Amino acid sequence: MIGNLPFVVCMILVALGLWTLLIKRNLVKLVIGVGLIESGVNLFLVALGYVRGGIPPIYTYAPTTAPWVLPTPQALTLTSIVIGVATTALMLAFAVVIYRHKGTLDTRKIRDLRG
Amino acid sequence: MSRWLALASFFLGAGLLIFGAVGVRPFGDPPRAEMDAYFNRYSQPEVAANNAVTAIVFDYRGYDTLGEATVLFTAVSGVALILRRLRK
Amino acid sequence: MTVVVRTITRILLPISLVFGGYVIMHGHLTPGGGFQGGAVAASGLAMVVVAFGASRLAGRKGLLSSLESLGGVAFAALGFLGLGLTFFANVLAGAGGLFGNSVPYGPNPGDLNTAGTLPLMNWAVGFKVLAGLGAVVLLFALFGENHDR
Repeated sequence: MIGNLPFVVCMILVALGLWTLLIKRNLVKLVIGVGLIESGVNLFLVALGYVRGGIPPIYTYAPTTAPWVLPTPQALTLTSIVIGVATTALMLAFAVVIYRHKGTLDTRKIRDLRG
Repeated sequence: MSRWLALASFFLGAGLLIFGAVGVRPFGDPPRAEMDAYFNRYSQPEVAANNAVTAIVFDYRGYDTLGEATVLFTAVSGVALILRRLRK
Repeated sequence: MTVVVRTITRILLPISLVFGGYVIMHGHLTPGGGFQGGAVAASGLAMVVVAFGASRLAGRKGLLSSLESLGGVAFAALGFLGLGLTFFANVLAGAGGLFGNSVPYGPNPGDLNTAGTLPLMNWAVGFKVLAGLGAVVLLFALFGENHDR
């Protein structure tokens, strides 16, 4: 249990995002919830690639003895972060347009299909 | 009623997530790292780059980066389209 | 915005642009790369939008869009450069020409003239991210300004 504490923390972050998505009614807060889930998943991916006592996988002035952390999860997390930025920008644009149309960000009030 | 349903499903999902996180392999020793060891060993002879992460992003997995650039381009185009459409 | 914000922006904008360029240029030697450096430089653009207002920069929207497309096309073209072997093959690495120095195995101080197509791809992606994020921030600000009056 205590050895897996970083993974548990990542999953708590994901659970907080799920809580936000389920309970909150504001569109901007829903976007924040999706961002929380993204952060949790990115942190989980980076934590999966950690090696005990590892140093960054870069040769420039590297100490020779220590092991290196795995580089592939870091590279794919970079991809994931950029895609997260793109989807967040799209969601916020939709939220802005909905606010201009309806005058509110409450999901209960914009649920009707009028206009 | 639906609020209680949401709470129950949240606690079920969060419990499953944390139960799964406890059951993952111990933090800090990946069991199989042959591919990453290859990348670490050969990023200097093959790509001539000191940074293994950059070597993976732009050389070994260039297709991923191409798709990522496409996603970014699509998102910017979508934002431009949505925010330009309603202007009087 | 007030004169304090404008003055601080005038001081910080060159610093952020130069630091972004440094992070992009040294992407194959130190932590960083095209995406990170582009995001750093785009923060400078966002600061300009906040301080001086978006309507002053409204004419530069087409420039940002075309710069982003140019970055994407340059990235794909650099991928096609290695088509003699495979797509995305690094033909310039170790060839002796542009960015073509070979590196010895093991920890070293780092040589900027290495890694083949990687620095060029870093620059292409850096310009793409800089222009893309700047265009998104500018579009949001323009939309807000046009509707609040």
